[in-house]
Order: sequence, then C-alpha cells, then structure tokens
Amino acid sequence: MIPTSHYLFLSLGLFTVGVIGVVTRRNVIIILMSIELMLNAVNINLVAFSRLVGSAEGHAFAIFIITDAAAEAAVGLGIIIAFFRNRETLLGDEMDLLKW
Amino acid sequence: MYWVPLVCALVIVAVLPLVAGYIVLMERKVMADMQARLGPMRVGPHGLLQPIADAVKLLLKEDIIPDEADKAIFWIAPLVSVTAGMLAMSALAIGPWFQIADLNIGLLFIVGISALGIFGIVLGGWSSNSHYSLLGALRSAAQLVSYETAAGMAIVGGLLLAGTLSTRDIIAAQNDYGVWFVFAAPVGFFIYVVASIAETNRAPFDLPEAESELVAGYMTEYSGFRWALYFLAEYTNMVVVASIATTLFLGGWLRPFAGTPALNFLDFVPSALMLGVAGYCFYRAPKQPVQVQKMVLGAVGGLIILVALILLAPLVAPSGTFVAGMKAGLHGAFWFLLKVGLYIYLFMWLRFTFPRYRFDQLMRLGWQFLIPLSIVNVMGIGLALVLHREFGWSHWTAFPLTTILTLGVAGLLGAAGEKQEKAHAIVGEEEA
Amino acid sequence: MLDQIVFYFFATLAMISAVLVVTRRNVVQSAIFLITALLATAGIFLQLHAEFLFIVQVILYAGGIMVLFVFVIMLINLDVSLHQVQFNRQWWLGLVLALVLGAQLTVAVAIGRSGLPLGEPVPAAMLEPSTELVGKVLFSEYMLPFEIASILLLVAMIGAVVMAKKKV
Repeated sequence: MIPTSHYLFLSLGLFTVGVIGVVTRRNVIIILMSIELMLNAVNINLVAFSRLVGSAEGHAFAIFIITDAAAEAAVGLGIIIAFFRNRETLLGDEMDLLKW
Repeated sequence: MYWVPLVCALVIVAVLPLVAGYIVLMERKVMADMQARLGPMRVGPHGLLQPIADAVKLLLKEDIIPDEADKAIFWIAPLVSVTAGMLAMSALAIGPWFQIADLNIGLLFIVGISALGIFGIVLGGWSSNSHYSLLGALRSAAQLVSYETAAGMAIVGGLLLAGTLSTRDIIAAQNDYGVWFVFAAPVGFFIYVVASIAETNRAPFDLPEAESELVAGYMTEYSGFRWALYFLAEYTNMVVVASIATTLFLGGWLRPFAGTPALNFLDFVPSALMLGVAGYCFYRAPKQPVQVQKMVLGAVGGLIILVALILLAPLVAPSGTFVAGMKAGLHGAFWFLLKVGLYIYLFMWLRFTFPRYRFDQLMRLGWQFLIPLSIVNVMGIGLALVLHREFGWSHWTAFPLTTILTLGVAGLLGAAGEKQEKAHAIVGEEEA
Repeated sequence: MLDQIVFYFFATLAMISAVLVVTRRNVVQSAIFLITALLATAGIFLQLHAEFLFIVQVILYAGGIMVLFVFVIMLINLDVSLHQVQFNRQWWLGLVLALVLGAQLTVAVAIGRSGLPLGEPVPAAMLEPSTELVGKVLFSEYMLPFEIASILLLVAMIGAVVMAKKKV
C-alpha cells in the first residue's frame, strides 16, 4: 500500500519541473508543454486523494481538467500558428509587439 | 491458473506475424479472384508458402536510412506502431478461454491503445526527412483522428445495448438478448465498418499510402524489415478492428442462434467446413505440377482433417468428460476467428470494388456525414432503450422504429450535403 | 510488493521524462518525452485503481492533445531554432524561484502528512468499477459543470478554427 504522501511528492516534483519549464524556456511550444505537465501533476494529486476518500469526485474533476487542457492546447496552438504566420518566430522573447 | 494469460500472450506474439503474412496472401488471392486471374501460384502449392518467401526476402534486404534523418526516431517509429497494435490485442477475448486480461474497461482500452499507433505514423513520416513522407504522414494521421471519433460514437451505440465495457460481459449480454447487436443497431454497425476502413488506411480511404499518389506516404523511406514492421502493424490493426466489430456487433464467440437448442445441429458446421476445405485440398493435390507441391498440399489437407477431428471430438464425447468440456473453448475460438476472417474478407472485397476517395472528399465524409450520423445513432438507440424499459414496448417494435428514424435522418444529412456541394460549386463557378 | 514496483517505475519514468521535456533543444524530442510522461501518469492512474481515468488520459491526452502538438511542431518547424539560445536571460532567477516554490510545498507536505486526520484508503476489492462510479457522479451531481465543459469545447473549437484561417 503506497501512502498518499508519496503521490503528493510525485505531483509536487512534476509541478516544479513544469514551473521551471514555463519560466526558463524561450520556445513557446515548450512553454505550452510545461503547462500540460503542471496540469498533469494536479491530476495525480486529485486522483490520489479521491482514492483515499473512496469517492469519484476527484475523478470527475480530473476529467474536467483534461477537457480544459485540450481546449487550451487547441486555442494556444492556434494562436501560435497565427503569430508564426506574421512574425516567423517561435521565441517568447521576440513576441513583444505590446512593449512600449 | 496464473500461466494462462502468459501462454495466451506468447501465442499471440508468436502467431500474429505469421497470421499477418497469410492475410497478405489471402488479399493477393482475393484480389486475383476479383480480377479474373489466379494470384501467387508458384512458391508453394497454390502459393501457400509465399508469405514465408516474402519474409525471408524482407529480412535479407539492405537497411537504408536517409542521410539527414533523425536516426533515433527513424528507428523507433515502426516499433511504436507494432507495439500499439499488439498491445491492443491483450484485452480481446478470442474464445471464452483465450484472453490475456479481462479489464473492466476492455473495449475502450483496445480503442485507446490502437489510437496510439498514430504516433508511429507521424514520427515515421517526420523522421524520413522527405516531403512526400511528411505529407503522407500528416494526411494519414488527420484521417485517423477524424474517423476515430465516428468509430468511437458507433461503439458507444453498441455499448448502450451491452451496458458494460468488458469484452466478456458484452458477449454474455448478446447471449442474454438472444440476438446479435448488429440486428439491434445496424446503422451503428455500418458506421463502424466505414470508420474502421478509414482507421486502417484501407481502400477506398487509402490516399495517404496509394502508390500513384504519394509514392508510399509515410512508408516511402522505409525498406526491408522496418517496412515489414509497418506492414505488420497495418494488418494487426485490421485484425484488432475486426475483433472489436466481432465482439461488439457480431456476437463474439457465439454460434449463430446460440440460444435455441432446436438448432444445435449447427454445432457440426465448424467440422463440416473444415472437412470441406480438406476435401478441396485432396481434390487439387493430384493436379499440382510438381511432386513436392502434391505432397505439401496433401499434408495441408491432412492437417485440416486433424483440426476438423479436434472440433468434432467435444461433440461426440460423452458429456461430463474433459473432452466434452472443451467444446466452449474450441468452438468459440473457431466461430470468433471465422467472423474475423469474414470481416477482413469484407475489407478486401471493398478494396477491390470501389475507387479511391480524394482527401477532401474523405474529410467531408468523416466530419460532415459520419459524425452527425453516429450522434443521431446514439440518440436513436437511447430512445429505443427508453421505449423498451420505461414504456414497455417490445424489442421487435422499438429497435426497427429507431433504425428507420436514424436512416431518415441519414437521408436528410445526405441531401443537405449534396445541396451544400451544389451551392459551393455554383459559388465557385461565379467566382471563376 | 507489485504495487510498489509499479508505482516507483511509473514515478521515475514520469520524473525523468518531465525533466527531459524541459531541457531538450529539439522540440520534437521534447514532445516525445512529454508523451512518455503522460503515459507514465496514466500508469499512475491505473495503479490508483482509476481505470477509466487511465484510458481517458491515454485517449485524450496522449492520443489527442499530443497528436495536435506534434502536428503543429511539424508544420511550423524551424531549422534555425536548433541553433538559437535555449534558455531566456533570466533563467537563473526563474530556476531559483521555482525551486523555492518546490521546497516550500515539499516542506508543507512533509510536515503535514502525519498531522492530517487521513484514514486508511478504501480497500481495492470494495471499489465499484471506476467507469460506473465516474458516470454516476458525472451525470448526477456534476451535470452542470459537464454541460459547461461541452460548451467550453465548442467555444475552443470555434476559436481554434478562426485563429487558423488565413483570411477572416
């Protein structure tokens, strides 16, 4: 029997790696992928607690998060494609049209 | 009995490549038959050893890797396809005794894992570093993703009737209903047949890998054994898709009319079929040109008679003995494999009958016809079940009624699609 | 015993894949490692007896979202991106802050795990099949979020189509 705290540590580790990816990398696609990692970490957390309590509400919440992640990935990639068509770049540093 | 799943897994991994090779031979023979010629006849008697010759040739070919290709991804892409296909076979129940894992999400597991084969295609096309490969891979992946939705909704239609996702319980539910689900949900079965043809990249939906279109699509730069792995993956996918249809719609391992004891003489059909095939082998044996082929054909006939006797044994043994108890396993496996074989024959029949779809026609068919139809199908089956359970209508009135309603909606969808096509054509002419 | 082996295998695979996602120069390799990380997470779900969530993760996340990512990466691939600088100019600050965040959370969980009044998990044999449990909960208590999620998907679909059109 694996204690629930092990799942929490795993979830923390994945979340931290995801945060590092978002604040450190320049390529926006990798930033999006790190966001997906963070959402996954939260899912593990929810399902671990749902297993502890014995109800399925954590499962339902996790399904909503996966649905959300799908919607966000689709729209985010659409934005990236639209921006790429205009500026020919994939680096977050160079997407600075709103800078004064 | 912890070793039963292990033995089943070993049998599948060992036998599947051979079976895939013989399905290729069957396809060439069926193609030849529909084109009024004979097909491979030289290598063994009636070409029966052709797959072995093909396998040896492919193993001995030179292994070419394109220059700028990403070598790691090039190496791993066919493996992903084959792994996904074979892993999907682990939840299938070929007979009541032959199953690796009876998951309680069985059918969804098969659908989901075989969907992971898309990565093999996309990564293979990408790593070949060639325009044709990339285009073919992207087209193929787009087609698979589009028809996966329609196939999934068609499966949901059948699952509503079954009430469970486990493969064993679905077949038990068909036994309880007394009728296979193909008769209760024929529109769902039709949608699944069309979607599964597109899922496996077979004609008429095989634009991504047709020889005259994109050379060979994502398989262009693969030669020798890597290509054989892709081919194996494609035929494994065909077997998996046929097995899903057999489990969900065609009654799995149930004999036709499994519930009526009056028709128990149908239990002798497997042995009779095998004896017929053996008789044909013995009839053709003297007519072979070469002595060795005569002997091989005779040996094949003998083997088939052995199979027929094995199938006959549980029926004539006194009931209660171990031999009589093997009836369910042996006959179940036979009926399942026969139905899978008929489904694959249907695939081949359609391949050599219809011309190919253009890619935009293919996408239009998937998104604008099949998906709405499958959603309406789910609603129709739900309506039939509600009519049966809440209002007490009998099965024989509720299901035909909803089938007619669904077909009516399909007709409306088709008419709307044609009107839209004509409107687009008119607008196109005005602009031009 | 088997439980522990499965958990540690999938946990190690997930962590290693996650670190590799964030550090690869080639975007396609990052995507492949993200697929392995997602499949490892699905394995963790399976180990937690959440079978429906396992297969939903495989079908939607690994078989849907990642296919979308790989498509986009292959369509807008830049050869020059292999030679650009990988990390942005303030990478050291981001790393320190992220590690501080991770350390805070770890300490919080480590201190709190013995103090929380969590009982023993429900034994696995007494759980209903996960699909039926999730179905019951999703269609009775959480019907409203379910419908809102479907509208969200519709909006996202329309948004993505509009974003990707050449002339609006």
